[in-house]
Amino acid sequence: MSVIEVKELRRSFGSVVAVDGVSFKVEKGQVLGLLGPNGAGKTTAMRMLACFITPDSGTASVCGYDILKNPIEVRRSLGYLAENSPAYPEMTVGGFLDFVCDVRQIKGADRKRALDRIVPMCSIDSVYHQTIETLSKGYKRRVGLAQALIHDPEVLILDEPTDGLDPNQKFEVRKLIAKMGKDKCIIVSTHILDEVDAVCSRTIIIARGRVLVDSTPAQLKAEHGCGLDAVFRRITKADGSKDAKTN
Amino acid sequence: MNSLMAVFKRELKSYFTTPLAYVFLVIFLFFAGYLTFKEGFYEMRQADMRTFFMNLPLLFVFMVPSAAMRLWAEERKVGSIELLFTLPITIRQAVLGKFFAAWLFLAIALSLTFPMVITVCYLGDPDIGLIITGYIGSLLMAGGFLAIGCFFSAVSKNQVISFVLSVVACAVFVFAGMPTTLNYLSSFMPAGLVAAVEGMSFQIHFDSMQRGVLEFKDLAYFVLIIVGWIAACTIILDERKAA
Repeated sequence: MSVIEVKELRRSFGSVVAVDGVSFKVEKGQVLGLLGPNGAGKTTAMRMLACFITPDSGTASVCGYDILKNPIEVRRSLGYLAENSPAYPEMTVGGFLDFVCDVRQIKGADRKRALDRIVPMCSIDSVYHQTIETLSKGYKRRVGLAQALIHDPEVLILDEPTDGLDPNQKFEVRKLIAKMGKDKCIIVSTHILDEVDAVCSRTIIIARGRVLVDSTPAQLKAEHGCGLDAVFRRITKADGSKDAKTN
Repeated sequence: MNSLMAVFKRELKSYFTTPLAYVFLVIFLFFAGYLTFKEGFYEMRQADMRTFFMNLPLLFVFMVPSAAMRLWAEERKVGSIELLFTLPITIRQAVLGKFFAAWLFLAIALSLTFPMVITVCYLGDPDIGLIITGYIGSLLMAGGFLAIGCFFSAVSKNQVISFVLSVVACAVFVFAGMPTTLNYLSSFMPAGLVAAVEGMSFQIHFDSMQRGVLEFKDLAYFVLIIVGWIAACTIILDERKAA
């Protein structure tokens, strides 16, 4: 059984079909890059996997737990970084991480060890006692990453993890994802195609809620004979014009 | 510490790390005291807290929604609801954690009216049992208003809209039991229906507790109101959390 198995997930918001029958599997040691234009359904798919929203149909499992039947166990097994790195603005970074540890029941010496590991890893030592509302976008994202990693989960779902980071921080986070990718199962959604090249062992291109391509970055470049940027444009534009012809 | 306690602790702390708690407490305590003396505390020439308790329903109509409006509206607006419901915590645990934190905050506000108790004890020989049942009734009534406030906070991302809707709903529950309303209703409704409306209002159950009578039906009324509105809040949150 794969660590993440997604079967025909569908989700609509009113008349808008956000995710339209998405299926894929991800194994341990893989870093899957979810690519797609804006409104493709990447965030909706990730939110369903993180059990924030329920699918209209289809199912998925994370570490063997069904997202519909065992959402709490799914959330226990994964670390999720949402698109805007939400947190509580009035809390300090330390207070916020303490809250996450409380909810995840990381106590005593385990908590101290987790914080000692995660704070330098995400480079948030200098802002540990600062309130979150006073942090820059980049630091907020690092705090978001810290709460996703603090319990050392088997699965990570990261929605645009390097958005807003400066080039040095982007490099550090990509290095971290690549390192963790060796023994975790990671899904990263991104618009930055360099990131896919640098970090991802697999790529899925989604548009209009459907999987267009499930391949690896190297294979895609070899098949199309061009960079990922051009591959992305070709595939998503082709899908767009196919729809226009059908309509 | 389980997830409910984690949310409870976080929420209670957040009241006091922002100016909200202090502004609320000052305004609440000022008006609780002011209305007590304005309504003729000295003129009554009796050492009891009747004038204090009789103003609480109307004071709560405005004050409790102001404490409740941020509970869920702010989470949805800031986006932290997505963080909360991707942690291993159920909606029920989160709703109860926030509700109990806000209720404890209101209990703290009520307990800070202790100078009133000291005043009546100094001035005369009050019936302590009446004072205790009055406070129990006040706390339960605050819980009822708070449950209504929680629901409307989950309905809208905008705190002002949540506040206004909560105030209107709470006012309906209070005014339904007022003599003027019941007199008006009895001009076109059968007596049984008027009695039913009166039974649904907070006023009659609170009045009963103020008189020192702790009946099961009054306790059950407030518990049912709280359970009902909290359950509704849980349902509406599940529908709207991603909106």
